[in-house]
Order: sequence, then C-alpha cells, then structure tokens
Amino acid sequence: MGLKTPLYARHVEMGARIVDFGGWDMPVNYGSQIEEHHAVRRDAGMFDVSHMCVADLRGARVRAFLRQLLANDVARLQSPGKALYSCMLRADAGILDDLIVYFLSESWFRMVVNAGTRDKDLDWIRQHAAAFEVAVTERKDLAMIAVQGPKAREKAATRIPAAHRAAALELGTFVGAECGDLFIARTGYTGEDGWEVMLPAERAVAMWNAWSEAGIKPCGLGARDTLRLEAGMNLYGSDMNEATHPLESGLAWTIAWEPAERDFVGRAALAKVKAQGSARKLVGVLLEDRGVLRSHQKVITAGGDGEMTSGTFSPTLERSIGLARVPAGTGAQVQVDIRGKLLAARVVKPPFVRNGRPLVS
Amino acid sequence: MSNIPRDLQYTKSHEWVRTLANGTLEIGITDHAQHALGDLVFVEVPETGREVNAGDGCAVVESVKAASDVYAPVSGAVTEGNAALVDTPELVNTDPYGAGWLLRLRPQKAAGSAGLMSADAYAKHLESEAS
Repeated sequence: MGLKTPLYARHVEMGARIVDFGGWDMPVNYGSQIEEHHAVRRDAGMFDVSHMCVADLRGARVRAFLRQLLANDVARLQSPGKALYSCMLRADAGILDDLIVYFLSESWFRMVVNAGTRDKDLDWIRQHAAAFEVAVTERKDLAMIAVQGPKAREKAATRIPAAHRAAALELGTFVGAECGDLFIARTGYTGEDGWEVMLPAERAVAMWNAWSEAGIKPCGLGARDTLRLEAGMNLYGSDMNEATHPLESGLAWTIAWEPAERDFVGRAALAKVKAQGSARKLVGVLLEDRGVLRSHQKVITAGGDGEMTSGTFSPTLERSIGLARVPAGTGAQVQVDIRGKLLAARVVKPPFVRNGRPLVS
Repeated sequence: MSNIPRDLQYTKSHEWVRTLANGTLEIGITDHAQHALGDLVFVEVPETGREVNAGDGCAVVESVKAASDVYAPVSGAVTEGNAALVDTPELVNTDPYGAGWLLRLRPQKAAGSAGLMSADAYAKHLESEAS
C-alpha cells in the first residue's frame, strides 16, 4: 500500500493502471500511453502531480536565504509571481534536487520539489533556514494538477471562476498567481504551453472532473515521462543525482555565477570543476538503428564509455531518443550497447520536440 | 477480464502456444501480458534456425515504458520469426493470439508441449497473481 493523492480513487474509477512511483500509487496510463502523449502535443491533457512537495518559506530574510541555498539566483525574481528553475546543491556540488521557486512577496516564497526527495529536501532546507529565521511549511493541504498542451489553457479556463479567467489567461511564461483558492502558474514539464495548478486537496476531484468534461484528457506518468524526455528535460534520480554536478548534467544554464560575491552552497566546489573543465557532459541521443534506448545502457564513444541516463520511444518522432552522460569530448556519432548489439546513434542537442514540432530529424 | 482462448496452452510467464497442423508450435504473449505492458513499440524476434532451451529468453517485447523478455515455453529450433512485427509491433496489442504471434519453433521432442497449462489453469494462475 503506497501513499495516495486526493485523486487516487478517481484514477481507479477512470480505469487507470496504477504503479508504484517513489512510494506513491500513481496512474501510469488510462489505456494508451501513446494516445495520452499525442493529446498533450496536439490538444490538451492533464496530470495529477499532487505527489510533488509544495513548501512555503516565510520570513523577512527569505530572499537572502534562498540566494545562499540555491545555485540559481532568486535576485532575478523581481515581480511577484515570477518563477525560477534551480538546482539545490550539496557543499561538494552534488545535486540534491531540482526545483521551481516562486517569488510571492518579500517575506513569502514558494518551492515545488520532487516527491521522492521531499524528506531529505525539507531537512536540508530547514537546517539552513534556521540562521535566517525562515519558517518552512509543507503544504500537504494542496493538490496539484498540470494541464498541458496547445489547447490546455483555453479549455481549462472555461472551468475556473469567471472573475479570474482573464487574469489567468494573461499570465506570462513562468509566472504564477493566486486566483481565488487556486494558484495558477504557467509552467510545466512537457515542452508544451499550459498551467500547473495548486488547489485545496478537497477540491481536486471536482476540478479534475470539470476539466475532463471540458475535453482535457487524463494522462498518466508514462506519458509525462515521454513528453519531458522529448522536451529535453532532466528527471531527478535518472539524469542527475547527488553523485553528479550541474555541469555534467546539462544544467550549466541554471547556475548564476554573477554576482561573484554570492556564496551559494556548492559554489566553491562547482567553480573548481568549471575551472578545470567538466570531464563529462549530458547529451541528447537519437538512435539510428531499430530498438529502444533505456537508462543504464552503455554508450561507446571514441573517448571512452558513457551511459544512457534516460531512454524511451518518442511517440512524436516515432524513433528512440534518450539522454546520456558521456566523455566531454564526445563527437556526433556514438554506439549504444543494447543486449549485446552495438547500435548506431547520433548525439544531438535537446530538446527533441518543442511546442508540437520536431526539432531533430 | 482478459481473453484466454480455450484451444491454446499457456505458461506462467504469460506466453501462449498453438500447435500447428505440421507439428510446429506458434508462440506469442497473452492478452493479459500485452495489456500489462501497454503500447508496444519494438519487438525483437529470433533468427530462423536458432536453438532455444525451455525457459530461455527467445524474444524481446518493448513497450514505451520497458523491455520484457519472452521465454521459450519448450526447447526446439526456431523455424520462423514474425517479420511483420518489425514495422508493426502494435499487432501484439491489437491481435495477441493472431497476427501478433512472435515465433514458430519445431519442438525437440514429439510431446514437446507437455507440461504447459490449459486455459483453465492459466485463468487460475492469473487470479492467484492478482490476489
């Protein structure tokens, strides 16, 4: 018996196939994962992401605290509601987690961290928060639903209170706002437009049903994984973990090196790696032969072996794609060992698909 | 409730076996198995002539999510792999007992399919796995 979100019973009623996901009983699909994937690329789909951990951080010095805690710089967040993607690092620059942080007011930020890392994250955050007198509150009272796809916002908006509709539809990319008892943010993990919506747990089923009636297709975590991989987005625990640092995880763009005097946790160790040059890099891989890339397959390159960190069949490209950690000097052609056969693969720059369009061929 | 044709034999690992008129055995995965795997996107079938032992991996079926081995229900020599699955692996989902067959083999012994389960026994096996 795993942990259950407020929508669990509804998923079962709707015919979902339930699997264990980091201790949570979650829907992996409601029938066809590929149809769910296409719904998000072409129209609108929704995901129950209530297993993720929402935490509110409050205190007069919360901004100063987060400028120390996170590798990206919340000084970039100047208008209320603006969100930032960041890594949270150990002192040795190993990645504790990746997360989204929202600036809501000078004394209130909100963080969304991964489900599987919630306990260690909250311990770590609280441990560092004490010196800044920042209070950390896990929002177990909230559920979260992601509506994603080119038609997602338009369809979802028809079922939220009329008073908030215009404001919600005007939200810019990576901005969130309170809309009555909904917190709506224009964020996602699919490479499509859409919202991630936090709402009181007891209202989750009614909202889910209303959106289902509005033509938004329920989608499971299976489609969520193929969508994020096509979008070239990392999955914590697969593509990076505490034993890897951001510069070998395709996340250099999330490190705010300026201003130089901001001493975030992990900075000194990461600066050393940067100065020497990272020995490895994370790249996109497109399989040229038939087969399916999977995590942990060996990647053979001219400069030594690497490893697939994620791999799947891409429903949009109708071929296999993945992410791999390989020697820094790896060129355009590699081989992947699939059940003892060496198959040809091409190194590409993710994303593979964005806003419904293939970016590789 | 998954479909379990009465005229086939089954294994605990969810393969089915059909005895053809010429004595060769046709092998596939059950409706229950294809449903559990989800949309299949790649199938690897064995080459003609390959000798397999009962219990050996003899084919691989891959869904979007994962790769799964298919085990030889009996020992024998592969006479044919289903070439249609190279381009249309989804036949295993849409017609698991028909066009979605995986391989045919000539069993080592005449009574090659002894020890396999009947449809009733397989149905009971599914019930016991579910509980």
